[in-house]
Amino acid sequence: MGVHQNIDKANADTLPFLKEDGPKAYAGFKKGDWNKEIDVRNFIQLNYTPYEGADDFLAGPTEATTKLWDAVLELMKEENKKGVLDADTEVVSSIVSHAPGYINKDLEKIVGLQTDAPLKRALMPYGGLKMAVAALESNGYKLSEKTAEIFQKHRKTHNDGVFDVYTPEIRRARSAGIVTGLPDAYGRGRIIGDYRRVALYGIDKLMEDKKAQHASLDGNVLNEETLRLREEISEQYRSLAELKEMGAAHGFDIGRPAENAQEAIQWLYLGYLAAIKEQNGAAMSLGRTTTFLDIYIQRDLDKGVITEAEAQELMDHFVMKLRMVRFMRTPDYNALFSGDPVWVTESIGGMGIDGRTLVTKSSFRVLQTLINLGPAPEPNLTVLWSEHMPKGFKDYCSKVSIETSSVQYENDDLMRRYWGDDYGIACCVSAMRIGKQMQFFGARANLAKAMLYAINGGIDEKTGKQVGPKAHPITGDVLEWEELEPLYDQMLDWIAKVYVQALNCIHFSHDKYNYERVEMALHDRDILRTMACGIAGLSVVADSISAIKNAKVKIIRNDEGLAVDYEVEGDFPCFGNNDDSVDVIAEDIMKKFMGKIRNQPMYRNATPTQSVLTITSNVVYGKKTGSTPDGRKAGEPFAPGANPMHGRDQKGAVASMKSLCKLPYEDSQDGISYTFSIIPGALGKDEAERIDNLSHLLDGYMHDMGHHINVNVFDRKTLEDAMEHPELYPQLTVRVSGYAVNFIKLTKEQQLDVINRTFHGQR
Amino acid sequence: MQDTMGYVHSVETGGTVDGPGLRYIVFTSGCPLRCLYCHNPDTLKLKAGKQSSAYELLKDISTYRSYFETGGGGLTVSGGEPMAQKEFLKTLLWGCNQMGVHTTVDTSGYLHANLDDETIDMADLYLLDIKSWVPETYKKVTGVEVGPTLEFAKRLERMDKDVWIRFVLVPGLTDAPENVEGVAKFVSELGNVKRVDVLPFHKMGEHKWQSMGKSYQLKDTREPTAEETEAAKDTFRKYGLDVH
Repeated sequence: MGVHQNIDKANADTLPFLKEDGPKAYAGFKKGDWNKEIDVRNFIQLNYTPYEGADDFLAGPTEATTKLWDAVLELMKEENKKGVLDADTEVVSSIVSHAPGYINKDLEKIVGLQTDAPLKRALMPYGGLKMAVAALESNGYKLSEKTAEIFQKHRKTHNDGVFDVYTPEIRRARSAGIVTGLPDAYGRGRIIGDYRRVALYGIDKLMEDKKAQHASLDGNVLNEETLRLREEISEQYRSLAELKEMGAAHGFDIGRPAENAQEAIQWLYLGYLAAIKEQNGAAMSLGRTTTFLDIYIQRDLDKGVITEAEAQELMDHFVMKLRMVRFMRTPDYNALFSGDPVWVTESIGGMGIDGRTLVTKSSFRVLQTLINLGPAPEPNLTVLWSEHMPKGFKDYCSKVSIETSSVQYENDDLMRRYWGDDYGIACCVSAMRIGKQMQFFGARANLAKAMLYAINGGIDEKTGKQVGPKAHPITGDVLEWEELEPLYDQMLDWIAKVYVQALNCIHFSHDKYNYERVEMALHDRDILRTMACGIAGLSVVADSISAIKNAKVKIIRNDEGLAVDYEVEGDFPCFGNNDDSVDVIAEDIMKKFMGKIRNQPMYRNATPTQSVLTITSNVVYGKKTGSTPDGRKAGEPFAPGANPMHGRDQKGAVASMKSLCKLPYEDSQDGISYTFSIIPGALGKDEAERIDNLSHLLDGYMHDMGHHINVNVFDRKTLEDAMEHPELYPQLTVRVSGYAVNFIKLTKEQQLDVINRTFHGQR
Repeated sequence: MQDTMGYVHSVETGGTVDGPGLRYIVFTSGCPLRCLYCHNPDTLKLKAGKQSSAYELLKDISTYRSYFETGGGGLTVSGGEPMAQKEFLKTLLWGCNQMGVHTTVDTSGYLHANLDDETIDMADLYLLDIKSWVPETYKKVTGVEVGPTLEFAKRLERMDKDVWIRFVLVPGLTDAPENVEGVAKFVSELGNVKRVDVLPFHKMGEHKWQSMGKSYQLKDTREPTAEETEAAKDTFRKYGLDVH
């Protein structure tokens, strides 16, 4: 008891805002540790209302919502025609660079845009000037000379920094496409600020806390690590001051905590807005906000100051803003990550470690936006699925999935063991404790191409150049696994080394020249950093090894003697059929590569992880990879993420899932992505059956420790029709690896790739 | 029970429309009927399938129990005609009984007389296809007599086995009012029918007929409209049946 009092007293001294009498913003809230230190989870646990009922309380859109959304749809229609609606060519974007913008100020319950006009894209050259110029020019804009000069003469970018330190070996690997998608010319993203802190504590208190953090390092040895942290905290502090200023420009005093539901959403959104004004990171995710917000909404409902329709209206307007987030991208970038994604990922539901469900009525409300506003790829709505969640919520999720194909699911029972019950998903599948953890995004290494390098002694099968280390090539006419295995192993050693070296260069430079100060301001002082590596081509590799072992794979050589194609005689088991003989191969490759990654030194002592995720880059990876021993022809797409190759999973949906479930999360803690498409008729005869069956499929998959699943419910015909008549399908949304896209915004190649995927039930 | 070999056309692990919950469906090959609208004509010949061990299949089935448990699913043996390989069918059913996995058999019942009561009793549910009531129509649709199917329905009633009846509605072939009405009335008098599925005819099997180089006799037959399907369902509902 005495000790406690001392701690309390010490806290009250260093953090004066944590005094006994909280502000009136906290009236009706249960007090606890969250009043003594920054601890949003504690606030949630003490104050949220679990909801175990069904969806019958939900409200439709208000008149203002419909009117406002129609206006946004008009703008989006215009944008679809032009590619980009408008772009800033001069003012470098910052938290306070632009005056507030509105869609229709009288109708908007939640306000704030990235620039001074809706869908006008901001200028963000800190990641790389070339990228910013190319993005503008490919859309018919030109960067102002004055701004260009600043970045040519006076201000170095992240991209400049990386290329100052890259080795020739890294450059070769990069241009050959054996490592691709590296964030060396654009913002790395995948950092989630704890935007809830803005609402719960107000900026003034967060600034006090940052000041205290800075002071806490005064007595430290001033080594490089401490100096860097002190500089970063100062930057964070400054960004909070700007965030407050930006709030004031919109007419809000966000120095103080939010006092009602509307303010809570507004405050939180302004925090997020600050992040997307400063950073065009590859993924700008929102976190896990709805159960937090529900506490404010429930308090207002209990007090009788708002109705359910008004609560839903707040959520609809909030989500509308999240649907309008835009960044300037180049055509190259779009080829990798197609359809203008920003990954405003919101993690919903799940269970608490105390056994209570974290599902609240607002978990329903945020999904209901897909009904009220129609389907959409953003925000990237991600249900943290647990077998133990209330049935009412499971069935509502299934219902919305069947209707909109806009939801993805990730295994809460699995991730909770690793990350507790206040983690969120960044981007597609990357779990992180909110405000306590970040990752260094690392794109992925192409393990299928690495196998071709092993066969050809490090020579690239497309260019004939020596890219990998010179090694003994396979000289025979038929591939033998005993011969290839050690060569492949050596090649993977090399890739792991070059790949992690590249990532170290990238993140060293990004921290220096494009630091995410406002996102990091919404983190604790000391955080866990992961180095999020990734692999592409897992099912190609597994099937190739299976073919080499079980069938006869003949090598076809070109005039230079390079192996460029393969002829497969005989049958071999393929990944995706719940057949251990090949599923184990996939598992082994994954474990083996993770082991090699773990052996590399990491920048900032990051903890290494990896993902099996491609996003839409499976098409580009395929293009850059020659024919493979599994019979896949040069240039043909890989399967997305950890998916079985198209059409090779022949035993139905559940067998496919079972194969996926064998891939161990332990060795892929940054996520294992599976994209699943099924025709409505194959889910059941009527809506009730379909809902039931989808919930059961998800329960079974999660029970078997599957990590992630995208659920698409439509038939091929719909997609083919949408290719022919895009104007009829403005909101058709499909889930691809880890995110959702507007189908009509995909490139033609990617549309075909989606159409060629396995559709379960289509025999 | 000894392992048994059987001819299997394919396996579908994510079935949802052939029995309750999520189904592991074994499509056996070989069928004595020649239904004009058959959408799996590639399963008609016994030896078109692959020789498979019942034990191997049971081992595979055992890995799917978590999916069965959440939704009351299990094994469905379909075809082809499962009863065409009675020992194989018996072994599969026996194995699932041992594992506590729910079992369903999708059948025309034409061959039921070959199976003893012990085997029949091993399945928890029968999906019984009554393709027509009017004997001439039945013969025209399937190439065989309706008698054994109706006898099997009565046998299942005597043995108190759960049954779902399936009826395929084909315009100009099975949609005559007396035909639909006849099935409905017969079925309603059985005490063990839990549900009726009225399946609108579709042509998704047509390409299979073509790729097998056979002529598809229903090429010019259209699919029923939603109204026609609903009307047929109403006929069954009129007799107090639970129709899907």
